[in-house]
Amino acid sequence: MPLIDVKNIGKTYYNDRVETHALRDVSFEINEGEFVAIMGPSGSGKSTLLHILGFLDRHTNGKYRFDGKTIDDYSKEEIAHVRNKKMGFVFQSFNLLARTTVLENVKLPLLYSDVKKSMRDEIALKAIESVGLSHRISHESSQLSGGEKQRVAIARALVNKPNVIFADEPTGNLDSKSGKMVMEFIQKLNEEEGHTIILITHETYTAEHAQRIIRVLDGNIESDTKVNHRHRARDHFEK
Amino acid sequence: MIFSDSFTTALGGLQTNKSRSALTILGIVIGITAIILVMSVGQGAEDLILNQVRGLGSQTIIIEPGREPTGPSSFAELFTDSLKPKDVDALRKPSNVQGLKELTPMVMQVAAVTFENETVRTNVIGASELIAKILDIFPNKGSFFTDEDIRQKANVAVIGSEIKSKLFGPSEALGEKIKLKGRTFRIVGILPPKGQVALFNADDMVVVPYTTAQQYLFGINHFNTILAQAETEDMMPRVVRDIELTLRETHNIDDPDKDDFHVTTQADAAERVQTITGILTVLLVSVAAISLIVGGIGIMNIMLVSVSERTREIGLRKALGATEKDIMTQFLLEAVMLTALGGVVGIALGAAFSFLASLILSRIVALGWVFTFPIAAALLGLGVAAFVGLVFGLYPARQASLKSPMEALRYE
Repeated sequence: MPLIDVKNIGKTYYNDRVETHALRDVSFEINEGEFVAIMGPSGSGKSTLLHILGFLDRHTNGKYRFDGKTIDDYSKEEIAHVRNKKMGFVFQSFNLLARTTVLENVKLPLLYSDVKKSMRDEIALKAIESVGLSHRISHESSQLSGGEKQRVAIARALVNKPNVIFADEPTGNLDSKSGKMVMEFIQKLNEEEGHTIILITHETYTAEHAQRIIRVLDGNIESDTKVNHRHRARDHFEK
Repeated sequence: MIFSDSFTTALGGLQTNKSRSALTILGIVIGITAIILVMSVGQGAEDLILNQVRGLGSQTIIIEPGREPTGPSSFAELFTDSLKPKDVDALRKPSNVQGLKELTPMVMQVAAVTFENETVRTNVIGASELIAKILDIFPNKGSFFTDEDIRQKANVAVIGSEIKSKLFGPSEALGEKIKLKGRTFRIVGILPPKGQVALFNADDMVVVPYTTAQQYLFGINHFNTILAQAETEDMMPRVVRDIELTLRETHNIDDPDKDDFHVTTQADAAERVQTITGILTVLLVSVAAISLIVGGIGIMNIMLVSVSERTREIGLRKALGATEKDIMTQFLLEAVMLTALGGVVGIALGAAFSFLASLILSRIVALGWVFTFPIAAALLGLGVAAFVGLVFGLYPARQASLKSPMEALRYE
């Protein structure tokens, strides 16, 4: 059974009786452990797709099964729980809590889960270690560089050991060096920890870190191809 | 999410905006301060008046003309002339009123009293020695005039300590002649300082036989008040009833609702005082409560601003797994913590201000004022403050909880 099973989904917005089709007819499957990039220019519907996949938004047509279940199978509480335990999010603009330490930021998803208070620090510290920021734990998020912020966000996405990590333009606000470093960690998560990664980007270069690229244009899937020559972030980094 | 986490989260939210939090609670602080102040001062005033009323003694009965005043407009009833000498004669008959120890009619007016070149205005009271017994004050020089003086309509007077010092200074006053409304009175007794007793300032009065006052000073044939004393406290209800029945008979009244007099005991008076101060306190507290509502609206306003300002934070929390309930709890707790803090500060300020007021009233105005801290009011104030937070925090918290995580994350 695929982790993500999308069949003919569409999303239509109604604004002042004007219909806007953000997504028209999209179908694909993503299996556990895959690293998939969803590519497309701005306005193509890729962000809408990510929101639907991440249970942040509801589609208007078709069927979307996550881990065998649709969003309608869950109550509001359960949706929050699925987001908390099974999904991790990394955003373009980091979305860390201001005036809050790295440790507290990474611990945030644990607050909303059933993890015991005494365990939280340990789990969060491990996640911070895995993105190489152990020396920064008591810094406030505003004192970090962009790359560091995004690595904190990755640690936060990891902390509940989700089935899938959604990364929405994670390198969009970063310089190329920080961007490569972030991509390195994302790739490492996929290869070493076996996390399923769904990456949204409009850059071909970034997308080519994935195993597979789904191209979206005007709310439809343009192509769904395997990446033959994957970029290895670590290679670039080592050069 | 467990409650202690919500609590820590809410506290963190408040701490990141310290000065705004402080300004937000100002309305609540003022409201609670006002309530505590009003209730404390109200309690102090009530205690003060009650002490004075109780100063009359539990066996004292006051008969006044007119119906019992029920409001400002009916106080004029007190100036009717329904109490006449024949009432006094009737009341004095043991066959009419049993268990009555003593009784004196009273007339009073404010008048000028003159000695040589000194003149002071004071309360001139026409009564018998009973007034001294009721007020528990006896001349330390000379003696009170006698019943014989009353029968004779003698021109004798007993003066309070303040009148003595104003008119005579340190020199001897006993036996001197003072003038009241052009008539000469001989001072037969001087009262020691005593201060306020019930509604009388015992230091600032001149007491003359009521017969003399009626005929020669005021030129009236009625009495302003009749003071009586029952033999024991247990007999009070009986004596009061007998007095009422006797007066109805002498006034030819069948229907008690048409009484042209009213009988008051210390217990009645205390009850009346409590009613009046109670009404006043409720009135003032309601005024103060308005500021609580205003404060609550202020909280709601700021919370709404805060919710829209923190749209991203809310979206993020929801994306990371916060439920609507978690978000609701967080913002509701923020509001309740704000108002509860406002309540605590208000209680402290209110207590401080009412203590200051009691100092001023007891030192400067020299009333026997005692500071009371209304613990019940403080607890109530805290409860009300938290409740205001709950009520006015509900809407913003609901707004926060309903934000869609996607909309919230998009919000710039």
